[in-house]
Amino acid sequence: MTEPDPAEQLVHARGLTKRFGDFTAVDGIDVDVRRGEAFGFLGPNGAGKSSTMRMIACVSPVTDGTLRVLGRDPATDGAWIRGRLGVVPQEDSLDLELTVRENLLVYGRYFGLPKPLIRERAEELLDFVQLTDKRDAKVDALSGGMKRRLTIARSLINEPEVLLLDEPTTGLDPQARHVLWDRLFRLKQQGVTLILTTHYMDEAEQLCDRLVVMDKAHIVAEGSPAELIGQWSAREVVEVRFAPGDHEAMAGKVEDLGSRVEVLPDRLLLYTEDGDAAAAAVHERGLHPVGLLVRRSTLEDVFLRLTGRTLVD
Amino acid sequence: MTVNLATRTTPMPLAGGLAWRLVERNLLVYRRIWLLIVSGFFEPVFYLLSLGVGIGALVGTVAGPDGRAIEYTAFVAPALLAASAMNGAVYDSTMNVFFKLKYAKTYDAMLSTPLGPADIAVGEILWAQLRGTLYSATFLLVMAALGLIDSWWALLALPATMLIGLAFAAVGMAATSFMRGWQDFEFVQLAILPMFLFSTTFFPLSVYPRPLQLVVQLTPLFHGIELVRPLTTGAGIGIGLLGHALYFVGLAAIGLAVTARRLEKLLLK
Ligand SMILES: Nc1ncnc2c1ncn2[C@@H]1O[C@H](COP(=O)(O)OP(=O)(O)OP(=O)(O)O)[C@@H](O)[C@H]1O
Ligand SMILES: [Mg+2]
Repeated sequence: MTEPDPAEQLVHARGLTKRFGDFTAVDGIDVDVRRGEAFGFLGPNGAGKSSTMRMIACVSPVTDGTLRVLGRDPATDGAWIRGRLGVVPQEDSLDLELTVRENLLVYGRYFGLPKPLIRERAEELLDFVQLTDKRDAKVDALSGGMKRRLTIARSLINEPEVLLLDEPTTGLDPQARHVLWDRLFRLKQQGVTLILTTHYMDEAEQLCDRLVVMDKAHIVAEGSPAELIGQWSAREVVEVRFAPGDHEAMAGKVEDLGSRVEVLPDRLLLYTEDGDAAAAAVHERGLHPVGLLVRRSTLEDVFLRLTGRTLVD
Repeated sequence: MTVNLATRTTPMPLAGGLAWRLVERNLLVYRRIWLLIVSGFFEPVFYLLSLGVGIGALVGTVAGPDGRAIEYTAFVAPALLAASAMNGAVYDSTMNVFFKLKYAKTYDAMLSTPLGPADIAVGEILWAQLRGTLYSATFLLVMAALGLIDSWWALLALPATMLIGLAFAAVGMAATSFMRGWQDFEFVQLAILPMFLFSTTFFPLSVYPRPLQLVVQLTPLFHGIELVRPLTTGAGIGIGLLGHALYFVGLAAIGLAVTARRLEKLLLK
């Protein structure tokens, strides 16, 4: 393996481990994030995504292994690194005693920025996340999506080189998610490196250049969304629905039609290179499915294959 | 946890350098709820007017710091001054800090910036102390207006109360870092109220039997009053005052160190 240029490698982890007492939340993972890319951690609840993010954010000491962020060691240069990161934690930690705008002003001061500069940036950022008309509202009065947007604005006050986003859109309605994605996409175009965790396949496919799938403290797969699909799934998927309870029995009758068949409680997934041909074959065999759908393979299928779970919580 | 504290903690002299930014934040918050602060000032003033003036009319004079008789109000006023520094500092460093620590996640957000646990400890303690100072300074003015200041040494009473406030804030915040829930704050009341009543605030030490005297002499507020009373009355000034001052320097240092350690353990998991 050729090691990339350290200056371009914003996160470098080898054998990175986090233990809480006897419990191992992150078990010896290797990660490299390059400058300018959008990197994703995908995984079910409890996989260790947030624990990893917190170590990268220098707010959780590394138990074992090597971690370098922006080329430095969080154990000795934590404050220096944190000064160059933007962090959107899984749970909002906005200052409830302050207004929307004051949240940005005060946070900017924590980074030691001069007040006039912060004021200027606060206006720009409020505009960027479309909260200008809420600038003097108390944080309590904001909706979930607005709070998330404000948290993102706050994380950008120091013009970070790297933005860490832990489940940025969980709990938001589809429209609010699209607004956020649009903003993140713009940041990426401006050259900000994005590191995010998510449960949403579409989010990962839309935003991430590369991602790792984590399960039970380990990394189980790694690559671009297309690579992962190519490696772990077939090109197309036929979703076949039978009467409830019949799926197990029907699986045997169709398994030769694709490279693999997955039995879910409510349907069968048939992985194949040619979905239409397989669908036709199902009908030819006179199996009479209640429903049948041919679609392209997605990260969701990869995830199901790797972790045995669907991602939606 | 086997974490190497020595390399992970910023060296103490460096740590805390960013604390002022936290004070700025609190100033912004309190700009809106300044009334809350004002109310804290009236408490000792009411005590002074009711007990000091009222009882003073009955008792007349008591033995001052050097044994000579002084007016009862002049005896009580410096004690209330020290107590106001204590109350102001303890109030902010306990309930308010607990809320930010456990519920508002204020410190979690701060730790994502260059601020570290020591900055938070120093910042909050400094803030609590400033609040105590505000009470003390206004109370001193009230004393002056009522003619209860008998010496130029009283100029040193303000820095003395600042030191008292600092120590109480540091110890208060350290104690808060061990609290599990709101019910634990009963212990704070349990410590503060008797201390306020018995630490020679209203009676000289000589009224207590010897064993109780020893207990009283151990309480921080007793040392605070011993430090302040000679300064405002001008009686009993001596090198012994430095001893009381050092007591508070020590208390502040211990409280600060414990707080920084505890915050690190609680927040940087
Ligand atoms: N402070 C802690 N003390 C003890 N155990 C912890 C702590 N933080 C996390 N864990 C445990 O570590 C494991 C990984 O948690 P983590 O938050 O990293 O998962 P995650 O992948 O972010 O999950 P989710 O998708 O639910 O956010 C979980 O089993 C969790 O219970
Ligand atoms: Mg998480």
